[in-house]
Amino acid sequence: MTMTAKPASAAPPEAASTSGFLDRVLKVRELAILVVLVLMLLATQLDNHAFLSEQGIKDLLLNATILVLVAVGQATVVITRNVDLSVGSTMGITAFAAGEFLRGGGNPLVGVLIAIALGIGFGVVNGLLVSLGQVPALVVTLGTLYIIRGLDSIWFGSKQITAADLPSGFADFGHNGFGAVPYLALLTAVVLIVAAYYLRSYRSGRDLYALGSSPEAARLAGVPVRKRILTAYIVCGALAGLAGALYLARFGNVDSGTGNGYELTVVSAVVVGGVAFTGGSGSVYGAALGALLLTSINSVLPSIGVSSVWVQAIDGILLLLAIAVDRVVALRVAAVLRKRAAQTRSAIHHA
Amino acid sequence: MTDPEPERTPVLALEGVSKSFGAVRALRDVSLRLYAGEAHALAGENGAGKSTLIKALAGVHRPDSGTVLLDGAPVVFHGPADARDAGVAVIYQEPTLFPDLSIAENIFVGRQPRRSFGRVDHKSVRQATADLFRRLGVDLDPDQPARGLSIADQQLVEIAKALSFDARVLIMDEPTAALTGSEVARLFGVVRALRESGAAVLFISHRLEEVFQLCQRVTTLRDGAWIASEPVEGLTEDDLVRRMVGRDLDELYPKQDAKVGEVALSVRRLTREGVFTDVSFDVRRGEIVGLAGLVGAGRSEVARAVFGVDRWDAGEVEVDGRPLKSGAPSLAMSAGLALVPEDRREQGLVMEMSIERNINLTGFGATSRAGLMNRGAERSRAVDWALRLQVKYARLADVVGTLSGGNQQKVVLAKWLATDPRVLIVDEPTRGIDVGTKAEVHRLLSQLAADGLAVLMISSDLPEILGMADRVLVMHEGRLAADIPRAEATEESVMAAATGRGRNAA
Repeated sequence: MTMTAKPASAAPPEAASTSGFLDRVLKVRELAILVVLVLMLLATQLDNHAFLSEQGIKDLLLNATILVLVAVGQATVVITRNVDLSVGSTMGITAFAAGEFLRGGGNPLVGVLIAIALGIGFGVVNGLLVSLGQVPALVVTLGTLYIIRGLDSIWFGSKQITAADLPSGFADFGHNGFGAVPYLALLTAVVLIVAAYYLRSYRSGRDLYALGSSPEAARLAGVPVRKRILTAYIVCGALAGLAGALYLARFGNVDSGTGNGYELTVVSAVVVGGVAFTGGSGSVYGAALGALLLTSINSVLPSIGVSSVWVQAIDGILLLLAIAVDRVVALRVAAVLRKRAAQTRSAIHHA
Repeated sequence: MTDPEPERTPVLALEGVSKSFGAVRALRDVSLRLYAGEAHALAGENGAGKSTLIKALAGVHRPDSGTVLLDGAPVVFHGPADARDAGVAVIYQEPTLFPDLSIAENIFVGRQPRRSFGRVDHKSVRQATADLFRRLGVDLDPDQPARGLSIADQQLVEIAKALSFDARVLIMDEPTAALTGSEVARLFGVVRALRESGAAVLFISHRLEEVFQLCQRVTTLRDGAWIASEPVEGLTEDDLVRRMVGRDLDELYPKQDAKVGEVALSVRRLTREGVFTDVSFDVRRGEIVGLAGLVGAGRSEVARAVFGVDRWDAGEVEVDGRPLKSGAPSLAMSAGLALVPEDRREQGLVMEMSIERNINLTGFGATSRAGLMNRGAERSRAVDWALRLQVKYARLADVVGTLSGGNQQKVVLAKWLATDPRVLIVDEPTRGIDVGTKAEVHRLLSQLAADGLAVLMISSDLPEILGMADRVLVMHEGRLAADIPRAEATEESVMAAATGRGRNAA
């Protein structure tokens, strides 16, 4: 990242080494997941040579895309020190809405747009409730989780959409790709890169980090706090909506239970990916890597002969491990900074 | 007290502004006029309403009544962004930084220079920050995250932030509190240059000599009310103090002589890594020991560690010869230690609970039988202490949050005095309370010491330290810098030690 590159002349050596140290820590956090992921995949490949075949890679990517999309949206919200628990419900209802539209012979592109628009609608509701209500996001979005799930049940009842109801081109889009790279993964990669670039290079993106880091300071600095929180929820809702449409394209099967409990997987992915739940730090790349890691475990375990009943337990262990590592690293960093500050002081003193 | 004010239109002014927070009237009918090219001082004791006034100018608080005038025309600032867009830059007393962002981002948040397509120009942000630091003569790396910066460095970042606005009005709330002499000199140089280029400056400092150095005009507040606006020229420090205090100092600081007895609290080589180092002192029965120092020097942190709220890494604490354990507040309480914390709203009281309940929070052992709470005993304990401290309340069942700041503080004191402590630690005992109650709290502390209590009083209010303490301990950057007896304690000697210019540790 160019942001972390330093001009040669700017700083005294002491300060420079401190920031270099921090930069390393932050980069290492994302690099660590990547290393774990690569090691895991390589080890599995040694055990089972068919694992990383063209189809194998394609499956890994396909499995990851939807979770990555929702995780990117969730990360945007978590960076502002909030959370959106309604993403699973949103994904379910938007998948169903798009399915209903397509079953009636609608244009696939319009179907996707409908899903996104519906997601944006729920994002607006969440964003307004959180930013205006001064109520913890956890509680608000737990409420909307159930409301949206309820709407889903009322609207669709016991109806079900199957692949046979959908235009064939739509399903093809969900399965095919260029060689080992599915179209869905490409689309997700584009979204990921755009989101990362927005968060890094636009004032409003930087504001999200600022208000997650210190809401009070953000208010005093004139950051439009409510507007920014609303934006984060809209992004999150839109991506959950897009994910709903892609879910439909990939699986073809949707019922009123689709996406149940998905929000917890998403939050795990985001946290494993190093986006701090206390806001202000982490990146969507990290969240995407976290999502990739979690979904890859799902594929890895069966292929090395471990029963899939272990998957959830291992996900949980991974989550605790990630949080423990973050905590230890944070304490270490704080200790180092304190010591450095003390050294600088005494250096000034004795000068 | 009027003065021949210039005919010019003030850049920014308040006319007849009032602001209340619940029962507390923070500002009453206050007017203030800031002129281009002039540095204006705002004087007043802690709690006189200075910070509220600044927040009204900065768009953080909307006045209940009265108007804000910009270039003579009434304006309403709906938020800090409005004030900022009108050219008002503020340096707050407590640095408000984003710990996760780099220093450069902290300075330019929401106003980053942009290149094509509205993208933030990270390189210019960094460059502009480096330029600001060069102008201020500061060695800080723009890319370093704000987390872990010392208070002084945080303050410098705040100053750089305010300068980056090219503001028409620069408001500074105690900007020099944590700075060294040379940093202050450089800051003043920059401020003078700004003023000469036509900016209006509002300056708050408890160091009166700085007011005389930097400012042309001074407005004094007392208990939220406007007292005077006048030119600095021809004024003496004593004049200013009299305006601020509004009564004789003897009356405000009724220190009785007390017989100093044996050591009650003994602290030996106490260290918490990176926070304070090698702190040793004694407090004797009958003695009020003042603990002075700049914000961030580690005073409250020492108190918290002694009481056991935070752990210490090395050293010993004894109460009446009984050693305390690190990180064990209930043990400290049973040994006879009481801590009236710095922030009564967050740490001293449970704001939603009644007066009675708050006083009895420390008394579950004393008022319960066989583990069951005895309401009668609780009630009489609360009544007893509320009466002794003359808390002004309607009913004991009233929620404590409805009381004024001074009465809230008395409830905190009652809560701790009811435990019959041997050593009382009070952290900023009179912050944000009116002058009348302040005098009462001082009389009470003095009386308690005369009755044989050992008192350790932390305060940022220098006149309070000088007026009340038998001995003044001064901390500087985590170390005890001086131990000054009452007779030798002056504003100069304490400030010299607090800023690291003073004598070596006693």
